[in-house]
This record gives sequence, C-alpha cells and structure tokens, in this order.
Amino acid sequence: MSTAAGEMTHHDHHHHAPSGLTRWFFTTNHKEIGSLYLWFSFIMFLVGGSMAMVIRAELFQPGLQLVEPHFFNQMTTVHGLVMVFGAVMPAFVGLANWMIPLMIGAPDMALPRMNNWSFWILPFAFMILLGSLFMEGGGPAFGWTFYAPLSTSYSPDSTALFVFSIHIMGISSIMGAINVIVTVMNMRAPGMTYMKMPMFVWTWLITAFLLIAVMPVLACAATMVLTDKYFGTSFFDAAGGGDPVLFQHIFWFFGHPEVYIMILPSFGIVSAIIPAFSRKKLFGYSSMVYATGAIAGLSFLVWAHHMFTTGMPVGAEIFFMYATMLISIPTGVKVFNWVATMWRGAISFETPMLFAIAFVVLFTIGGFSGLMLAMTPADFQYHDSYFVVAHFHYVLVSGAVFSIMAAAYYWLPKWTGHMYDETLGRWHFWCSLISVNVLFFPMHFVGLAGMPRRIPDYALQFADINKIVSYGAFAFGLSQLIFLWVVIKCARGGERAPMKPWEGAEGLEWTIPSPAPLHTFETPPEVK
Amino acid sequence: MSIRLISALIAVAPFAANAQSQLNMTQGVSEISQRVYNLHMTIFYICCVIGVIVFGIMFASMILHRKSKGHQPATFHENVKVEILWTAIPFVILIGMAIPATKTLIAMEDTSESDVTIIVTGSQWKWHYKYFDRDVEFFSLLATPQEQINNRLQKGENYLLEVDRPLVIPTDRKVRFLITSDDVIHAWWVPDFAIKKDANPGFINEIWTKVETPGVYRGQCAELCGKDHGFMPIVVIAKEPDEFESWLDEQEVIAREAKAEEQRLLALSMSKEELMSLGESVYLGNCAACHQPNGEGIPGVFPSLKGTDMVLNDRDAHIDIVVNGKKGTAMQAFGAQLSLRELAAVITYERNAWGNNTGDLVQAADVNQFVNR
Ligand code: HEC
Ligand SMILES: [Cu+2]
Ligand SMILES: [Cu+2]
Repeated sequence: MSTAAGEMTHHDHHHHAPSGLTRWFFTTNHKEIGSLYLWFSFIMFLVGGSMAMVIRAELFQPGLQLVEPHFFNQMTTVHGLVMVFGAVMPAFVGLANWMIPLMIGAPDMALPRMNNWSFWILPFAFMILLGSLFMEGGGPAFGWTFYAPLSTSYSPDSTALFVFSIHIMGISSIMGAINVIVTVMNMRAPGMTYMKMPMFVWTWLITAFLLIAVMPVLACAATMVLTDKYFGTSFFDAAGGGDPVLFQHIFWFFGHPEVYIMILPSFGIVSAIIPAFSRKKLFGYSSMVYATGAIAGLSFLVWAHHMFTTGMPVGAEIFFMYATMLISIPTGVKVFNWVATMWRGAISFETPMLFAIAFVVLFTIGGFSGLMLAMTPADFQYHDSYFVVAHFHYVLVSGAVFSIMAAAYYWLPKWTGHMYDETLGRWHFWCSLISVNVLFFPMHFVGLAGMPRRIPDYALQFADINKIVSYGAFAFGLSQLIFLWVVIKCARGGERAPMKPWEGAEGLEWTIPSPAPLHTFETPPEVK
Repeated sequence: MSIRLISALIAVAPFAANAQSQLNMTQGVSEISQRVYNLHMTIFYICCVIGVIVFGIMFASMILHRKSKGHQPATFHENVKVEILWTAIPFVILIGMAIPATKTLIAMEDTSESDVTIIVTGSQWKWHYKYFDRDVEFFSLLATPQEQINNRLQKGENYLLEVDRPLVIPTDRKVRFLITSDDVIHAWWVPDFAIKKDANPGFINEIWTKVETPGVYRGQCAELCGKDHGFMPIVVIAKEPDEFESWLDEQEVIAREAKAEEQRLLALSMSKEELMSLGESVYLGNCAACHQPNGEGIPGVFPSLKGTDMVLNDRDAHIDIVVNGKKGTAMQAFGAQLSLRELAAVITYERNAWGNNTGDLVQAADVNQFVNR
C-alpha cells in the first residue's frame, strides 16, 4: 500500500498531461483507463456483432449461401470469445475503473501502473486472436468452449495463437481483479464501512474474487490443450491414458463462475439505477449482499450441469441438478428485492431505468430457462440445442449487455459533463428491446423442435423461425449504431449536466462536479 | 409494454405448439420421452405462473406508482418476514420439481436387462452401427446430395435428415446403445426417444430406449465435431420385433454373401474406366468432405491430394494411409468402411484425377495385401 500511496502523491504534484497518443498509452488515471476499457469493449462489441451478422446471414435460409462450414465454425467460435472476453468483461472492468474510486471516495485505483498494463495488453491479445483468422487453416473453429480433442489433435495450426491470446486475456483479468480487491479493501473513505458500500462495489468485489479463483483454471485448461497438441502430452487423449471429459470438467469449473462474473456486476448496476429512478432506497440491501455471496459460493458447485450428457454417474447428475436449482433461490431474492424497491416508489422512466427494467424482466426469463435446463432429464433434450443458445443470450445480451447500456446512460452525464439525448436514448432502447426479443425468443422454439446449435445449415422445418431470428439480429445490430451516435453526441456537447442529474440518485459519485475532474477525492470525503 | 408482449408470447407458446411447424418439445414415442415432456411442461407452467406474479406486481407498480401521476415514494426498505417468505416459498417449489425430475432421471439411467444391444460409434462425420453378438454392422452417412446443400437442386422433404443406411431397432424391446467415438466428441441425439448422449473417444456411454410405435425417427449429432458437424444426421427405423428379427437375419446373409463375392472378385481386374467412375463416386461420398471435390483440401486443415509426393510417387504409402488411416489425425482407416473394389477405385481415382495422371491402376488384390497386414 505504501508504494501505491507514494505513487499517487507523486502524480498529484505534476499534473502532467501528455497529449496525443502517449497520453493514452502512459496514463495511470483510473478515469482515462476506464474510458479506454469502455471504448475498447464497444469496438469489440461491434466486431463480435459483425460476426453474429455473418452467422445470421448464413442461417437466413436453408442451404449454404455465404460461407463455408469451416469458416462458419470460426465465426461462432470467435464471436463467442470476442463477446465474452472482449466486450462484456472489459466493459465491466471499465465501469469498475471509473466508478469504484468515485463510489468509495478514493483518489484512484490502488495500483495505477498495473491498471495501465492490464488494459494495454488486451488489444494485443485480440490482435493475436483476430489475426489468426487470416492464417492458413483459419482461426479457432472448435467453439469458444474449445473441447478437446477437437481443439488438440483435430484443430488448425493457429491453436497456439488462440492459447496465447487466452493467456493474455486471463492475465489482464487477474490484474484487473487484484486492483479492484486492493482498492476496495484499502482505499475506502473514512466511514465507508463494508455494509455501506454501494451494491456495485460489493458485486464487483465478489466478482474480483471469482476472477482470481477461476482465470488460472482457464489458463490451465488452455495450457493443457497446448501441450497435448504440440508437446505430446495426453491429458485429454484416452490413447495416452487421458480423458477428453476431464477437459470439460476443468473448463466448466472456470466456465460456470465465469457466467456469474459476467452477471454480478450487472446486479450491482441495476441495484443502483432502480432505486434512483424509483426515488426510494434499495429494498433489502443486506440480503442483496448475502445473496451475491451465496450465488458466488454456489457457482463453484454446479459446473457439471453443462455436462449432463457426457455420461456421469447418476449420483453426480442428481447432485449437480440440486445444486443448480438452489442457485435460483438467491437469484430470486434479488429479483424480488428489485420489484419491492419499485413498489410504492415514485417511478420515472429515463433511458437508464428503461434498460434496467428490461434487464430485470429479460434476465428473469433467462433465469427461468436456466431453471428448466437444470432439470437433468429435460436437459437431455435441451442440451446443445438452440434452447441453450436462447437461454444464454437472454442472460448475456438482454442481461449483461443491457445492464452495461443502462450504466452508460446513467453515468454518461458524470463522465462527459453533458446530458445525453433522451429522445435518441429512448429510440435506442425501444429498437433494442423489440429486436432483441425477435432475435432470441423464437430460438427457444427451434431449439425445442430439435435444432442443434453450431450448425451452418438446417432442416426445412426450422426455416421459418430462423428467418425471423435473422431479421431480429439485423435489427438489433443496427440499433446499436444509435447507441454509438448517442455516446459520440454526448461526448461532444449537449445540455450541461449538473453535479447530480438524477433526482433520486445516491452515492459519492454525485457529490463531485460533472464532468468528473481528472483527479477527485484527493482529500477523502467523510461518510456519515 | 414490452413485458406484456413477452408474456403474451409465453402464453401462446403452448397453443402455438399445435400449429404446423413444431414449436415445442416432442412428446416422443417412448414412455421416457413422454415423462420428459411432462416434466418440461410442468416446469414451464411453474415458470409462467411465477413470471405472471412477479412481472404483474412490477407492472402494477410501474402503472400505479409513477412520478408523473404524482405518487410520493414510500420509505420502507426492509421487511424480514417478507424476505424469509420469498426465500422459503421458492425452496418448496424447487422440492416439488426435484422429485419427479429425480425419478425420471433414475429410470433413464437404468440400462439393465436390455433385449438388444447396439454399438454406436461416431466419427467425422458419420455414424457406425454394430449389432452386438450379430454379424451386422454398417456406416450411416448423410444422403442429401451436395447439389441440394449448394442450392442447385430443390431441397427434398427430409433435407439434411436423411441417411443412406438407417439404423433399425425393434419396438417394445429394451434397446441399449453403447456409444463411443473414433475421433472427436460427437453426441447421438434422437429427440423422439429423449436420448442425447456424448460419444467420447476411448470411453463408452450407455443409454436405452423402448419405442412404442413403429416408424421413422430422425435426429442429428449434437456436439460440435468439426467442419461437417451439421451434416451427420441419425435415422432410426423402429420395426415390430418379428419384422426386426427377419431384417437382421437378412442383413447377416447379405453381409456374408458380399464378403464371399469380394473374395471371388479379387482375381478380377477392373478397367481404368470402371475404376475411375466408381472411384469418383466413392471419393465424393467419403473423401470430398475433407479433401474437397477438387482434391485441393483446405490449406492448414486437410491436405491437398493434388500433385503431392505420396500421391504421385508412393503407391504403397498411398494405399496404406487410405486403408489404415493415420492415428491421431482426422485421416480415418477406410479399410473397414469401403469394399476392396471401392478402395482400389478411389485410390486409382486420386492417382489420376485433377491432373495427377500417374497412369497407375490399383486393383482390389493390391489393396487386399494392405488390409491383411
Ligand atoms: C475427416 C477428414 C478426412 C476424410 C473424410 C478423409 N481424409 Fe484423407 N486425410 C485427412 C487428413 C487430416 C490427412 C493428413 C494426415 C496427416 O496428418 O498426415 C489426410 C491424408 C490423406 C492422404 C495422404 C496425403 C499426403 O500426401 O500425405 C491421402 C492419400 C488421403 N488422405 C486419402 C483419403 C481418401 C482416399 C479418403 C476417402 C476414402 C480420405 N482421405 C478421407 C483427412 C480426411
Ligand atoms: Cu453453468
Ligand atoms: Cu457433431
């Protein structure tokens, strides 16, 4: 800590602001790094989104029209990787960078140089990953879950690049997580006890512990794939005494906590926005904290629900079924708390609130299909079908991504000093809401009717619904350009934002001017 | 608004299920599949009820408690009783759901006392079926012509869900499947039986069904298994038990005769024209998925066969790799999949097509030496 504090005072004396690119390369300021993360994540969102457009264009009608199956597989794989590691996770780290110091009254993140590093290795990781698409044999084509042996003996030569890019992403996430933990544990303003921290800080603190626990596991899985493919080990090869299912156990031991890594910060965001626009305190703050902890704890006990069809002993299937069902209880508590927060409030419907409400409803629908998936016998039918695709896009797109958009609208006035264009924001919301449902809701039906996921072509009975889904996808993709427009417009000007633009908002971030000056809380505020 | 739309959609879902294009899970043709369907609908309705209540309250407050109507915010933010209640009620519901789920699961996993056993082996991108204790085994490949996939021909009714040789099973008998793989992981999925089981290389999974109605049932590989994962369908024909028995006997006779015929033809040489035309059709059916119709492969994934050293110069190595495959790569052993004549033809074809023009003719007898090695 002493070195971190020393670094900060040093920083204060100079107030140097190198201009141009070097300013962004060398910055150790949490707000600038936060902006870098957010812009990076938005670019990745567009990159991953264009891959989704390729996928949906190919699936628009039966038959192969646009791309070869091998390229199609690369698109589904890289789309998943880019969205998970490039869009959603960095967006949350960006929000953490911007908001956690402001929310706990700290002058910056605890480890500003590491902060710079953890961001700046990310673009290289994605350059490697995306670059591998142009190699002979193409990029990774084994799904974002990279099951062995498809990713070992049967994968293209670019697999080493894929593994290295995963390693770099993992290192970046771990450094980001360490930074959040150290900051929250050491740099809270006097009086900011743990149980006074905003939910966003709480959920991020727990997320950071999850990250530290599971990113190394992912790195192990990737490394074992690397050595199996290139150095003759047989971790996942039965011929050498290994087991391909072992890979899945390791992967999902990372993978299940990972899905909570991508949703817990959303819970924090929504727990800030719903009270603000209901003009009423968050209902059941402490049960929210405990529920988050419970979800995080349980997330280590349910990984094999992704693997019910791999042939586990019945006893194991039953255990993982029950454990998975249990998760719906703390998750339910959260939803009930949000509804209770709105109940008898004085609700208004600005864009952040619209996205937050849509989050609660659509995330809950994703939760319902998740509960259905937990029932092992039914999962035998749902598994690896479009029903699963519908499920995780409900929780990740209309869940995590919607919450990120809610957060962006909510804090844009603080970041830019201008109010965003409310009319455009509403346009963005309604277009997104309608198209996201046209896109993902019908997927439940084709999945139940028997359409497997990750196929470039399908039987004729799935044609009608796939056409609708593709229209929804194109509309959703285009709607996001409105968002880009809103953000750019807001950054460049607009109505001046007051210190606290939202009547019901609470928290230290609203006690500083808008836009937030480069350095804030140089003397810690006193929390009553 | 949005939410009403969604709940409307949820509400119509079960009714829409009766419409033309299937929108819901199949009830299937076995007792188990029926139970799985019932379980699915039960959870679905429970979720609907919870959804209507929770979203209903939420919407009520959005309508009643809006600022624009001048509603003043209340100040409560805790209520231990309510919080305990809404933790306990879901718990009870969950127990209610877990009981039938557990029972069904245990029944599904009980593979004991089966009447017929079939070994199912996945490989890139076909299924192999072998009747346990009987001399019947065969590969089952996609039968949809490439022209339909590439939109040059009208797509047939069972587009992508048809195979050259379907699996045949008896009705009213407990049929056990032993599922495994020769290369990557595949998954054998027939929705009408509520069966989906991974085919793991080097390990054997068990699953069973007891089909009640004769008929043709279609499914697909459900686990991403490489380039043509979307093109390895499953077709199962369920026949009455005695019909099944006579079918099986007949297949044994056919297999025996084919073997005898093959030995008899060993001495016979085929002409170049015969070899090339048979070779081309074998190539397109078995090799083109990887090596491509033009022989050029996919650089970096599947090697080209055009002008390579082995194909031009090393006849023995060529026969050997086709017959015995190459361990640890996608190149399978075709010795067990094709007849000697087919093997001879496809090797001849490769050595003379696409400008390879070696002039070599490979005959069944040449191949036979490598098979017996
Ligand atoms: C599932 C994909 C796949 C299929 C189907 C396939 N091959 Fe191959 N084949 C490969 C791969 C991969 C290799 C390269 C093996 C290695 O690493 O040496 C290969 C190698 C070969 C080679 C050696 C090429 C050389 O110059 O070294 C020949 C010859 C060959 N295959 C012929 C065939 C024939 C004939 C068929 C059809 C009966 C066929 N292959 C079907 C994947 C396939
Ligand atoms: Cu999971
Ligand atoms: Cu497959």
